[in-house]
Amino acid sequence: MTDATNNTPKSSLLTVSPRVKQRNAAEARFKMYGIAAVMTGLVFLIILLSTILFNGVGAFQQTFIEVPVYLDEAKLDKNGNRDPEDIKKVSTFGYNPLIEQAIYDTISAKMDKNPLAKAKEAKALISASAAAQIRDVVIANPDLIGQTVDFRILAASRVDGYLKDRVTRESIARDKNIDAVHLDIIDALRAKGIVKREFNWSFITGADASESRPEQAGMGVSMLGSLFMMLVVLVLSLPIGVAASIYLEEFAPQNKWTDLIEVNISNLAAVPSIVFGILGLAVFIQFAGLPQSAPLVGGLVLTLMTLPTIIISTRASLKSVPPSIRDAALGLGASKMQSVFHHVLPLAMPGILTGTIIGLAQALGETAPLLLIGMVGYIASNYPTGPIAGFMDPNSAMPAQIYEWAKRADPAYYERAWGGIIILLVFLITMNIIAIILRRRFERRW
Amino acid sequence: MYDNPNLERNVAQQDTKISARNVQVFYGDTHAIKDVNIEIPARTVTAFIGPSGCGKSTFLRCLNRMNDTIDICRVEGDINLDGENIYDKRVDPVQLRAKVGMVFQKPNPFPKSIYDNIAYGPRIHGLAKNKADLDEIVEKALRRGAIWNEVKDRLHAPGTGLSGGQQQRLCIARAVATEPEVLLMDEPCSALDPIATSQVEELIDELRDQYSVVIVTHSMQQAARVSQKTAFFHLGNLVEFGDTGQIFTNPQDSRTESYITGRIG
Repeated sequence: MTDATNNTPKSSLLTVSPRVKQRNAAEARFKMYGIAAVMTGLVFLIILLSTILFNGVGAFQQTFIEVPVYLDEAKLDKNGNRDPEDIKKVSTFGYNPLIEQAIYDTISAKMDKNPLAKAKEAKALISASAAAQIRDVVIANPDLIGQTVDFRILAASRVDGYLKDRVTRESIARDKNIDAVHLDIIDALRAKGIVKREFNWSFITGADASESRPEQAGMGVSMLGSLFMMLVVLVLSLPIGVAASIYLEEFAPQNKWTDLIEVNISNLAAVPSIVFGILGLAVFIQFAGLPQSAPLVGGLVLTLMTLPTIIISTRASLKSVPPSIRDAALGLGASKMQSVFHHVLPLAMPGILTGTIIGLAQALGETAPLLLIGMVGYIASNYPTGPIAGFMDPNSAMPAQIYEWAKRADPAYYERAWGGIIILLVFLITMNIIAIILRRRFERRW
Repeated sequence: MYDNPNLERNVAQQDTKISARNVQVFYGDTHAIKDVNIEIPARTVTAFIGPSGCGKSTFLRCLNRMNDTIDICRVEGDINLDGENIYDKRVDPVQLRAKVGMVFQKPNPFPKSIYDNIAYGPRIHGLAKNKADLDEIVEKALRRGAIWNEVKDRLHAPGTGLSGGQQQRLCIARAVATEPEVLLMDEPCSALDPIATSQVEELIDELRDQYSVVIVTHSMQQAARVSQKTAFFHLGNLVEFGDTGQIFTNPQDSRTESYITGRIG
């Protein structure tokens, strides 16, 4: 039966009803909020990254002075027989006058009138590390004694700061370390190409230095400390985490004990990292007697921290493998273990790897637990002598090194802390990119 | 509607392959299968029919102890395969499942090559001595699965790249490759189109000369087409079990009649 009124349209489709208009407005508003939120995040990210780059990029450049140094036989090898033992007896104090004289002579040669009264006054221009640098060269090659050799030595951190605008003629008014005269010399030598800023590899590869030599400090040794810690974390947390998750996910019966374990693992992931630090101090150092500040202990503590992350992500990726695959394998007469290892695990691999790398990246950036086991504040000035020493000898780690530099009074260290953050970020971004690549690569297989 | 030529097939009296006695299945507190007694003959296609949730799939999964994987599931009673109780403490379900193969509702090939899909079972059971042996087993299984001609040129292509019907025949071939004695099929055609369905049904009919096939199906026409024996389940009870022709033409129980005429289901 057809009702006549059914054929007359109630409203036109060409005009938008108030209700629909309201709904559309609400949707548009919601989209606006979303875009605003994303933009806010982006702005903060840009501010963060540009601040880090702006402050830290200077650490990758350093001021060097190129100067010919006369290696005076009368001072370095009194007996004249080039006996390495005799040469080693001359400490860096024996070298300083030679370098000061060399700088003084260079200034005399390059400037119309040498503003320095004595060679000793040139000391303010050079890094305290220069003597050690030249001494090492001489010990390695005693035949150089008696000759004039060209060296590229680090300038003092004030000089470096002057070239980077950190030190100005106004700011040195209260500075005992350097005078306006020195800055004039720097300007002159810079014009002649004797003093120059160059890329500073030793910031990446070098060791930390004492508080008074920021120009010499580098990340290299603490990077090794981080590397050895990460090795410990990877070797321990990946097998333990994956084995635990496979057992809990695939084999364990569902009862109140496994529920309890599950809840505890989730809670462990939220425990403040400093708690793991004090646990490490109590268990690994005070109870087990492992050495303080050792990357091994740091790695063990970070393993405890990383395990929950790995277990949670591994379980999630095991769970995401369709049960039909398990059924298929079991239906063919595969044992539980065969079905897990032949079929489920390969499919869960991308997720497991991603979780592991993200856990490692987290551990790499962790500072608080290292505070309690003595890896913060340790001056990592020596490379470990071998793999075992790498694990057992005191060392620092990248974030701890950054923290340590940020703490130091000299503003030159401030720049180094930012530079360290750039290096750390490069590592973290690289690890995340590797995680993404691995996930893509493995996913393509199925 | 049921004047299908298959119904006229002569069902010879055969040996019993599987016999179930007083089987009860519980999911937690739910009594899913109530006191089922059934004798499944060798080299026959037996169909389980019944409305959704009647327990036919649950019972099927008891026959190769797939229900063991469900924590809350509990099975009571005896199920004998060739006179041996498969729920005996000494029976390893892994060994049982090599004898009683299973094909699932949704095609579930492994995300590996077609070859590896078939070769997986023989490999884990050590059925092949060498590569040539394995190649032969794979070819034989794929031929039995009526899919050899379609895939022989791309054995190393992923099994997941096949069409739904091909995937299901691949899964059947995979189940056949381990040389089972019984083949359980849980609604093997429910995810397939009519053409793929008829291919799989033809295949089931061919498998009958070597295996006992038990098939769970929602489609009564399918049960009528492929099976010689039919069991009707309702609310966890085995209502009626008999020759397919008799069940569809002359059901003894009023519930069976209501179901096959479409009044319940």
